Amino acid sequence: MSEFLQQLLNGLSLGAIYALIALGYTMVYGVLRFINFAHADVFMVGAFIGYYMGKLVPENTIWGGLVVLLVAMIGCALLGMLIERLAYRPLRGAATLNVLITAIGVSLLLQYSGQVFFGATPRTFPAVFPSVNFALGNLVISSNQVVVIVVTALLMVGLQLIVYRTRIGTAMRAVSLNPKAAQLVGINNDIVISFTFGLGSALAAAGGILYALNYPSIDPLMGVMPGLKAFVAAVLGGIGNIPGAALGGLLLGIVETFVNGSQWSTYKDAIAFAILIIILLFRPAGLLGKVSAEKV
Amino acid sequence: MPRPHLYLLLALLAAFGLSHFSDRIDPYHLDIIIGIGINIILAVSLNLVNGYTGQFSLGHAGFMSVGAYLAAAVSLFLGPRLLGAEGGTALQQGMLFLAALTAGGLGAALAGLAVGVPSLRLKGDYLALVTLGFGEIIRVIFQNVEFLGGALGLNAIPAYTSIFWVLAFVALSVFTVTCLVHSTYGRGFLATHDDEVASEAVGLNTTRYKIVAFVIGAFFAGAAGGLYGHFKMTITPTGFDFTKSIEIVVMVILGGMGNTVGVILAAILLTLLPEVLRPVAEYRMIIYSLLLIVLMIMRPQGLFNFKFGRMKP
Repeated sequence: MSEFLQQLLNGLSLGAIYALIALGYTMVYGVLRFINFAHADVFMVGAFIGYYMGKLVPENTIWGGLVVLLVAMIGCALLGMLIERLAYRPLRGAATLNVLITAIGVSLLLQYSGQVFFGATPRTFPAVFPSVNFALGNLVISSNQVVVIVVTALLMVGLQLIVYRTRIGTAMRAVSLNPKAAQLVGINNDIVISFTFGLGSALAAAGGILYALNYPSIDPLMGVMPGLKAFVAAVLGGIGNIPGAALGGLLLGIVETFVNGSQWSTYKDAIAFAILIIILLFRPAGLLGKVSAEKV
Repeated sequence: MPRPHLYLLLALLAAFGLSHFSDRIDPYHLDIIIGIGINIILAVSLNLVNGYTGQFSLGHAGFMSVGAYLAAAVSLFLGPRLLGAEGGTALQQGMLFLAALTAGGLGAALAGLAVGVPSLRLKGDYLALVTLGFGEIIRVIFQNVEFLGGALGLNAIPAYTSIFWVLAFVALSVFTVTCLVHSTYGRGFLATHDDEVASEAVGLNTTRYKIVAFVIGAFFAGAAGGLYGHFKMTITPTGFDFTKSIEIVVMVILGGMGNTVGVILAAILLTLLPEVLRPVAEYRMIIYSLLLIVLMIMRPQGLFNFKFGRMKP
């Protein structure tokens, strides 16, 4: 039983990170209807900003950790907006495939630039937050897991407030519902889309730092697998649906942790894709998504 | 194109003739030529799916790996039994290699059928992701099969791949794809690409066209995988990951989707590019990805998509 709870806890903290990345995918899909492949690499850049910032602030302090988190989030928000401005905006209205290929191009560009500027060898992420292990009966909870879960919960509440309680959030929902009609009622779509990229990228950066805290070996290709899995999480929850992305991320994290603890652990990486295929074949709208009839 | 069979025969004869001079070519150049040939087969076969039929697949490397493993297994495990310890004569080896490549191609085609039937109901980026997912699943399975070497892969595969086999399969794949899309039946691929709803309205079974394109594409990917395995003499599951699929997709896009001549040119260019850029190897991939982005913004129809070699509507 205690082993079950331990695995559940580990799964929850992994799932929380997937959920953070999945939110960025789902929001961008909501307003632009395309998969931002480069999102996974923004996550990687976030971890690297954290790595360099971590050297400037004192280690093992809560405020130091928060500063690192904040700087990485701002840096990646700017990067996300820059990517949108330079690569995706010229393609507004172009065929889906062209945008998809551009996204793959941006993703490759970030990976290879990362390899040139950061070096291809893995780095050890500094312990920016204080690290203690709490024992709760037979359960062992590391402070990093607590940080992951608390930060994720706060960010999700914040996101929910932005999307449902602010003017820009209302505009985001309007663009996602119908871009043309949104423009007709006076919404500047470009600003909304830019803001969405910034918001999503900031969440990815937070995800990157939290991931690096728990798996402290970072390299320029570290984003690929978590990115793909977070995308699966977004589809699982229903793409374009914010609570869905959170739910999908948590579910995927838990399933993966349990598979990893079982005798099929070597198939860990295949599980996410198997879930993706099953979901797309039987319920393409995802768990929380609305099923819509296709119009011709 | 009149008398395509004649062209195929000529190409095969030329390949056979050329293979007699292969020992006079510098080994480094020979390697590059074989690499180009394998990439042409991959790109031309993916072009049938992504270009002509308009179904965006990101799992071509997965089918390549199925072919590579099956072909390698045939010549590693069946070869010594059929040919004896001495390795047999050149003709016997050739027959065995042909059988291995066919087995690899058919196995990949079967995998293509198994992947295609469920996933081709999806469109656009969803299809891209499901094929990507299948490609990764195939890789993870190969990593776990002890019989096929697990994560270490298969080693000491006999080096059967020669310039003749590569050129022959290049000719065969170009012939098959060109003849297919220019035939009456093959118009259905273009119709599926142009407008699915309209094609279904005039009674075309678009699902069947998609699956046929997928299976044929997978067959040649498998054969190319077999050639690759017997050329490099060693294969590992990680050699056929997502990055390899992207590489092939980039060739198709650069050449212009649905344009065989352009795709062949792109495959040649993109195989030569790393060799030419060797002095600036560090920045090679950055240039490569920037090229992709700029190309999509400035020239979305592909670099080599000129008037010639293009299907008339």
